[in-house]
Amino acid sequence: MASFVRFTLDGKTCLAEEGAQLVAAAKESGVYIPTLCNYPGIPPKGACRICTVLVNGIPQTACTTKVVEGMAVQTRTPELEAFRKSVVEILFAEGNHLCPSCERSGNCELQALAYRYRVAASPFPYMFPKREVEAWHPKLVKDHNRCIQCKRCIRGIHNADGKAVFAFGKRGDKVVINIDPETSKDISDELAQRAMDICPVGAIIRKGKGFDVPIGRRKYDHAPIGSEVQP
Amino acid sequence: MTRKIVIEPITRVEGHGKVTIQLDDAGNVAQSRLHIVEFRGFERFVQGRPYWEAPVLVQRLCGICPVSHHLAAAKAMDVVVGAGTGDGLTPTAEKIRRLMHYGQIFQSHSLHFFHLASPDLLFGYDSDPAIRNVVGVALANRELATQAILMRKYGQEVIAATAGKKIHGTGAIPGGVNKSLSAEERDRLLKGDGGPLNADHMVAWAQGALAFFKDYYKKHKAFIDGFSRFPSNHLSLVRKDGALDLYHGVLRAVDAEGRRILNDVDYQEYLEHFREEVRSWSYMKFPFLKALGKENGWYRVGPLARLNVADFVPTPLAQREFEAFKAATGGKPNDMCMHTHWARLIEVLHAAESMRDLLRDPDILGNRLIVKGKRQAEGVGIIEAPRGTLIHHFAVGEDDLIKMANLIVSTTHNNEPMNRAVNCVARAMLTKAKEITEGMLNAIEVAIRAYDPCLSCATHAYGQMPLEVSLFDSRGRLVSRRRKPNRRFRQDLQD
Repeated sequence: MASFVRFTLDGKTCLAEEGAQLVAAAKESGVYIPTLCNYPGIPPKGACRICTVLVNGIPQTACTTKVVEGMAVQTRTPELEAFRKSVVEILFAEGNHLCPSCERSGNCELQALAYRYRVAASPFPYMFPKREVEAWHPKLVKDHNRCIQCKRCIRGIHNADGKAVFAFGKRGDKVVINIDPETSKDISDELAQRAMDICPVGAIIRKGKGFDVPIGRRKYDHAPIGSEVQP
Repeated sequence: MTRKIVIEPITRVEGHGKVTIQLDDAGNVAQSRLHIVEFRGFERFVQGRPYWEAPVLVQRLCGICPVSHHLAAAKAMDVVVGAGTGDGLTPTAEKIRRLMHYGQIFQSHSLHFFHLASPDLLFGYDSDPAIRNVVGVALANRELATQAILMRKYGQEVIAATAGKKIHGTGAIPGGVNKSLSAEERDRLLKGDGGPLNADHMVAWAQGALAFFKDYYKKHKAFIDGFSRFPSNHLSLVRKDGALDLYHGVLRAVDAEGRRILNDVDYQEYLEHFREEVRSWSYMKFPFLKALGKENGWYRVGPLARLNVADFVPTPLAQREFEAFKAATGGKPNDMCMHTHWARLIEVLHAAESMRDLLRDPDILGNRLIVKGKRQAEGVGIIEAPRGTLIHHFAVGEDDLIKMANLIVSTTHNNEPMNRAVNCVARAMLTKAKEITEGMLNAIEVAIRAYDPCLSCATHAYGQMPLEVSLFDSRGRLVSRRRKPNRRFRQDLQD
């Protein structure tokens, strides 16, 4: 039987299974900690930093932190909220995110976070990077303009042999996530759909199937992201 | 000294336009031009994007008639996905798209006539700009203004129900639509929520708008008939049996006498029949019918052209009005610029009747939404947008990315006619005029407004024409420039 530990979230005493991921434990306790690179069921990475919280006064990413007895967690200080908003703003400035023509609009976690944090326009200078649309694959398009390099696809999408379908290419600030020609060769329609679904933005899209969910039935059309956990 | 008058900006078509008028030493109009001075670039930046993005991306060309671009691109992509050339969709998909389109025609025409054009009619083109605007209309004729706003609202509600939202929706996708109507949505549009926003009311109000125009026409016949009148060819889509059809059909053109000069051709072959001329002083090209050449092959598009080209209107009340409209010119093509408003209001009535018919059709509740077939490398989609024939042509690579786009929009087709209209009015108003008044310059905008409301929006919104008058000497050097300071335009050119 699992043992439980006691910890506090913004001063409120909560219980969680020992070793539980802080993001998940907070969700269980009705506290929303925003995430982008985190995805249930795949190993956490701590790449995007948007889930940063104060653990005993020290900033830590909640997706890579495990709950321990007596831990005091602050999730919503004004500084943390400002920091999270900045993360979203930086991501918008760093890529080419053109929501009006993106088929993930309404289903996009980055866009949804921007709405949640009321980002009207990024205060950071837009970099307008020159990036490619990779369309050689028969079932998938990889739009590098929209990729936030969260690595969810690398960590979460594997072919029948258990090999990653997506892989890093290039280095440093030129780094890109590509579709691996070898491991992606015979992927099923279901796996292609899962790849599209695991991407938090519109960087991985299925071919020939755009805009099939009407406005009004998209994930974030009616309630902001996270409101199912905490309004 | 030669004088050059510049009206800039005429505000938006999809951006900026200006008019320049050159007066010679004797005070005659030596030359007039409508310049479109903005470059949009949509044809370029849609390249390299997945083809299914096109209907959503290119509609951002416009905030008034995005549905037209949305549907024209979707029709082109229907061809690409093998869903046929306009008549291969499921009944539900085609009828939902038609409903969306008639909602768009209804709201856009209402906006144009009531909000943009009617102030010129109600108060006169040379009246005080402080009242010559939509607020002035509301103060002078409260009932008319309320109807205008509600008619536009109804059209927008129809668009929202079919496309997902009022402006820049996503309803039409390659091969069909992504939603049909629920019974609740249908009932709300057909019967209203107890208020006036129902299909029967829209038909009645459209008839009222026509009655308003015809009453005005009776009192101002000389102005309506004579203002900026010149003969031209006319181009439009028509249904295969010759009926007015704003969503799909074949291309037909007639000359000033009504003779067919383009005889019901399949629009997939449009490139065989059209050419575009580039002139150095405008970003907007000048299309013409290849067979007639650039001197004689230019044509009008839009409501006036459509009623000149079609044999009949397939809804009964609009057909009756169409017959009266045709009788006014003895069945010959109508070349009177201000009659475009009359034609526009007949289309408003046709759109209201069409929406009511579609809302009564059970197919709009169906769930067969998409058709796909053998993939094609290219597709052309043509639709009759509120302002006229709209052509979208795309080539798509095997990797599903768009390789080429060619968009010929209504305003482009009307480039030569609008230039001629400007010239007509400039000659009539400015030749040997001792004083150039704000009213005279507004008259030029009145002629442009008959073709395209986007060119006039800021003017009426603020009650002032945002014009600038510049004086150049005969060698083109600027002598004086004055922005209109307030309500009254004061001529201060130095001869």
